[in-house]
Order: sequence, then structure tokens, then C-alpha cells
Amino acid sequence: MEFDALILSRLQFAFVVAFHIMFPAFTIGLAAFLAVAEGLWLFTKKEVFKRLYLHWVKIFALAFGIGVVSGVVMSYQFGTNWAVFSDKAGSVIGPLLGYEVLTAFFLEATFLGVMLFGWKRVGPTLHFVATCAVAIGTSISAFWILSANSWMQTPVGFDIDPETGNFFATDWWAVIFNPSFPSRYVHMMLAAFITTAAVVLAAGAYQVIRGRVTEPTRWQIRMASGTLLLLMPLQIWAGHWSGEVAHHYQPAKVAAMEGWWETSDVQGTILFAIPDAENERNIAEIMIPGTSPYLFNTDEPLQGLNAFPEDERPPVFPVFWSFRIMVGAGMIMLFMGGWGVALWAMKRIEKPGLFHWLAVPSGVLGFVAVITGWIVAEVGRQPYTVYGFLRTEDSISPVEPAAVATSLIVFMVVYAIIFTAGVIYMARIATRGFDDDPTDPPVREHRAPGSALASVTDKAEEA
Amino acid sequence: MDYPLIWSFLIATAVMLYVLLDGSDLGIGILTAFAKSDEERNLMTATIEPVWDGNETWLILGGGGLFAAFPLAYAILMPAFYIPVLLMLAALIFRGVAFEFRHKAVRKTTRHFWNGAFSYGSLFAAFAQGLILGGFIQGVSVDGRSFAGGTFDWLTPFTLLVAVSVAGGYVLLGSSWLVLKTEGSLQKWSRAWARRSSLFVALAMAAISLATLSIDPRVTERWGVTMQAIDFGKFLPLAPIPLLAGLLLVALWRDLSILGDKAPDWRPMVLSAALFLTGYLGLGISLFPYLVPFELTIWETAARDNALQLMLVGASIMLPVILAYTIYVYSLFWGKVDPEESYHD
Repeated sequence: MEFDALILSRLQFAFVVAFHIMFPAFTIGLAAFLAVAEGLWLFTKKEVFKRLYLHWVKIFALAFGIGVVSGVVMSYQFGTNWAVFSDKAGSVIGPLLGYEVLTAFFLEATFLGVMLFGWKRVGPTLHFVATCAVAIGTSISAFWILSANSWMQTPVGFDIDPETGNFFATDWWAVIFNPSFPSRYVHMMLAAFITTAAVVLAAGAYQVIRGRVTEPTRWQIRMASGTLLLLMPLQIWAGHWSGEVAHHYQPAKVAAMEGWWETSDVQGTILFAIPDAENERNIAEIMIPGTSPYLFNTDEPLQGLNAFPEDERPPVFPVFWSFRIMVGAGMIMLFMGGWGVALWAMKRIEKPGLFHWLAVPSGVLGFVAVITGWIVAEVGRQPYTVYGFLRTEDSISPVEPAAVATSLIVFMVVYAIIFTAGVIYMARIATRGFDDDPTDPPVREHRAPGSALASVTDKAEEA
Repeated sequence: MDYPLIWSFLIATAVMLYVLLDGSDLGIGILTAFAKSDEERNLMTATIEPVWDGNETWLILGGGGLFAAFPLAYAILMPAFYIPVLLMLAALIFRGVAFEFRHKAVRKTTRHFWNGAFSYGSLFAAFAQGLILGGFIQGVSVDGRSFAGGTFDWLTPFTLLVAVSVAGGYVLLGSSWLVLKTEGSLQKWSRAWARRSSLFVALAMAAISLATLSIDPRVTERWGVTMQAIDFGKFLPLAPIPLLAGLLLVALWRDLSILGDKAPDWRPMVLSAALFLTGYLGLGISLFPYLVPFELTIWETAARDNALQLMLVGASIMLPVILAYTIYVYSLFWGKVDPEESYHD
């Protein structure tokens, strides 16, 4: 493979987005969790919810910071590396991103200051309002970014200027609520909540293993397991809905996900295979035949990849396998949620066991599912940036390969440093148990009182 | 309605707000490199910790807004400034995470690392923004609808001059903010830095103004000023801007060195901000109506009217709301940073 500006720009975009997506996914869920915890504290007056809040808000501050700085990169990437796309699609995509900044980013970023530093300056109710503002901001942000991305998957409500070849909107309502947007937005939001629940569960399980069980630890496991058990079935439904939409608008993507080569009225579900794009077949295939009538609500034949010209097919291998990894990760999280709730019912949450040992590594499964799901969506729509209308190879900036290679290396090094440090600092907080637990003396760190941590710990100590 | 014109003002305002708000933050970041102790460093960052996130969002609005409202300008300028934009982003990443990370580092070496990431990140971000500004003023080569120059076209003595000046200007803003937010020895120290940087800014503004006049005949034409003669018919209506800048500099110098702590604490900040405004206004007058100097105007690069219209609806509702809650949060954290709060436990 020749490393030209195209492949380097694609690698860079994939890398910076994959890195970035983990933090919004986590903070969308965590902001909601914090809002619920603070709300429960205000409503029930139980200290345990306040302790949960004060504990997780520290992790939130770290994750949000990384999300913001990696997000700034995104708002410049389109121009630096995808200039032709920016010029052509700007009049349609631009306003959606503009609305994201206006309605979401400022709300989140500004009220984060109150959330972290405002404990002593506003009352509990106003503080709760700030937390909710941040949580709502994160969801609004996801709304616009999913709308923009979904329009690129299923473009409607536009026309093309014959003179410049640029897209322009003819129906904004159709653009914003494009066909794949509702299912993909629901799918993404649920993914965010599930991702966070898996992390919260892992942290709680770790505390149990280390014998640091306190009341917040119990609630952490209960709330996280309950969330997984409740939301995973919904997520399977949302994923299926999203697949049906894709089947309608992007049949080549679904054929790659399923590993179908031939078009047929009835298709099977492939459990394992090594797709061989060169010879248009699967190697070592294990298939359950005849499942499609139960999965796809259609009378038309189901297209295989051979129905599309070779230069219209997405890369099969990454799409096929990412899809299976995503589904597998989801199934394990569903199972863990059910197990956790069962232990809760049997009042055995705080006895370390196999569940806890499995729950700890399962903490990463949400991220695994988010990233592989994103690969399914974005690699699956290749070779287009605007599906069916603008090819990826025609979207690129006139920049030298050496410049892109430099930026790719810089981002890899910078992200490796901040990722490692960020994960270490977050894990340190998440695993150490609760500051004000009498059996577990707080691990003090170097920090300025008056900073986020100090104001929240001070508050915890007053309580 | 002339939507591109309206949007050019809105985006110019967003960038201006970014420069004033986050410029101060970056200036403080640069100054932390010279802090005498960890306590002082923490006190300095504490003055901006609750607001920096919101301040940086204006940069996203600047970049996102340019994409949304002037996609062609965005598509040409971003590849033209590929390397300075990369430098800016990498620097902003380091200084952004350092806000939190420097409090979390346990070992001395890692704490040093994040302190360094904070000050050098701020410095390089300021410098890179100056490179972009300088490259923007000197213009980029365009062919059809795309950038047609080389990777290092932006690198000239002029852009280096602007880069150093922007960093110095941010130090003036940052130290003025510290004069407002701190007390005692740290305030005195900040005032000394503000004094030094105000001198530097005076020289830098004069140098950049003269250099800009020689960049393109259209700029000379607008101001009516050449090295040989001054066309008073053109220059006089614009003369209040450089005159005002001069007066502001004198007033700033009087506050910082003659009046010292007898001058109100808020005044250096207001005067520095006003000084930046005059420079910004002068720049706008030089370049208007070019958005890709000196190739494409705001009208040639604008998005479709229906896109600008849709965003204008959102902006006219949301911008006042954003400004209102931003002012609310600033007022919430009003007053001096409490030194008691900034000692390590």
C-alpha cells in the first residue's frame, strides 16, 4: 500500500475520532449518572448519593477535559485534511455543527465551571441545575453530531449546485431528521449510558475485591448492573432498528456486516468466517442458515456484495469483524448486568467472587463496542464521505503526504501521552474507594484547595 | 439581507472574544513558567480554572463557524496553515489537560512535566495563533477553489514577528487579569509583568502596523499612508484608531508604573482589552472585505444564504443566552482569589 495523503488522512481521521469518541461516550453517560446521583441526594437526602457524586465528579472532570481538547482537534480536521469535502458539503453540514457549538458546547463548558468549582458559591438546588445543564448539553451535542454524521450516511433534503458542484439544503427538516438519524441517535445515547455503566460496575467490583466495601460501593454496583440489564435489551432493539435502516439505504454496508457475497431471498447468520475479498468468498464459514426472514422485514431479495461493483464495496473484513465484536461485547454486558442484579436480589453483591473478577475487565467493553460500532458505521459507508454522492478519494485537501505523516505521528504521540496519564489518574480515583470511608483513610494528593478536588473534598468532609 | 456580511461580523466577534478571554488564560499559562513557587502557580491557575473551558469554546465557534458560514475560506485557509494549526492543537491539548493533570500527579517529576506542559503548551498555542494570524494577513495563494501554495508558505519574518507579538500581547492580558484577581506580592509581580509586556506590545503594534502597510497595495490604499506621503483625505477618518491605541497605551503605562497600586485593579484589564480591540479594528479595516486575503472576499466564500439564514436564527437566540450565562458564571467567581484556599494541605 502506498502511503499517499489520502490513506494518511484517513488513518489520521480514524485515529483522532476513535480517540475522541471514547470521552464523549463516557462523559455523556457519566453526566447523566451524576445528575441522577445528585437528584437522588436532593430528593432522598441520603448521604450515599452525595458521596457517589463527589467521587465520580472528579473522574468526570478529567474525562471531560480530554474530551474538550480532543474535540477542538475535530473542528479543525475537516478543513486541514478534508478541504474539498468542507467546500462541497459546508452549506449542509456546517449549520448542524454550528448549532452544536451554539446550543451544546457553551452550555456544557460554562456550567462545568459551576459544577466543579461552585459548591461554595451556589446553593444545592442551583448546583443541581448546573449538573443538569452539563448533562443536557452533552445530549444536545450528540444530537447535532449524529444528525450531521447521519446525513452523510443517508443524505436527503439537498440539491447540487451545477456551477460549483456544492451541496445545498432544500429542506432543513429533512436534512436534520434524515432517515438514519433517529435510530443512530438512540443507538449512540444508549451506547454512552451502557459504556459508563460498565465502567462504574468495574470500579465497584474492584473495590469489593480489594475489600473496600462501603455503602456507595454497593449502590454503585446496584445502579450499574440495573442500568445494564435495563438498557442492553433496548440497545439490541435500537441496533436492530439501525440495521434495518441501513439495509434500506446502505445495502452494501449490511452485506459486509453479515458477510454475504451472493444475493438471495433467504440469507443465514454467519457466526464465524474470514472474508476473502479477493476471491469474493468466506473462508472457514460457520453459518446458521435461513435466519433472515426472522431478522429482516422485507420481501425483496437480500443483496450480497457481488451485487455491487467492486469500487462500490466497503472493505469487508473490518466491517464484518467489528460488527461481531460489538455484538459480543454487548451480550457480555447484558449478562453481567443480569448477574449483578441477581446478586443484588440475593444480597451477595459485597462478597468477592467470579462476578467481580469478570466485571473488572468488562469495564472496557463499552468502549470496545463504541469503537467497533463506529468502524461498522464509518468503514461500512466507504468508499463515500457523502453516501452515493461524494467519494472519500475526492474529498481530500491539497496537502503534502509528508505534512500529513507528521501530523499523524504528532497526534499519536500526544494522545498516547495524555491517554496513559489520564487513564492512570482516573483509575487511581476510581479504584481507591471512597474518601470519607472511616475504614479506608483517604489517599491525599497534591492539589490546590480551591480547585475542583479541594472544593468537593472539603464539602465531603463537612458532611 | 446581506447574510455573509452579518456572519463576517459575528465570526469576527467570536474570534475577538476568544482572543480576549482565552488570550488571558494563555498569557497566565505563559506566566506560570516564571512563578516563584507552586503556591503562586496554583493561585494563578485558580483565577481561570472555572472559566477556561468556556473560553476555549469560542475557538471552536471560530473554527466551526468559519466552516459553517464560509466553507470555501475554511477549505483554503486550513490546508494553508496545516503546520501552525497542528502546532496550536497539540499545544492546546497539553495545556488543556494540564489544568487537571498537574493536580493529580503524585511524583515530583510528573508534576514538573505537567507544569511544563501547561506553560509551554500556552506559549506554543499563543505563538501558533500568531503564525496563523500573520500568515492570514500576508495572504495565501489560491487556484480555483483550493489552496495552491506550499506547506511552509506561512513561514516568513513577518509571521514570526506577529507570532512573538501575539504571545507578548497575551502576557499583557494575562498579567492584567492577575492584577485584577490577586493581591499582595503576586499582584505586585503581575503588575511588573504587565508593565514590561505593555512596552513590548507598544513596539510590536507599531512594527506590525508599518509592516502590514507594505504587504499589499490595497492596504496602503485603504489607509492612504505610504512611506513617501500621507493622503489625509483617506487617513484622517481612520486616524482616531491609531490615536486611540496611543492614548490607551499611555493610560496603561500611567496605571502600571506611575499610579501602581493606587490605580483601580480593574483598569489595566479594561485598558489592555481596549488596546487589543483597536488593533483588531485596524486589522479589520486593512483586510475587509477579504476572507482569504487578498484573493477571495466574504461574499465569494460564503455558504448558501439558506444555511446562513438558518444559523442566524440560532445565533440570534443562542448568542445572547450564551453571553448571559457566561457573564453569570464570571460574576459567580468574581472577586480576589482567596490565598487561604491555595495552600497545599
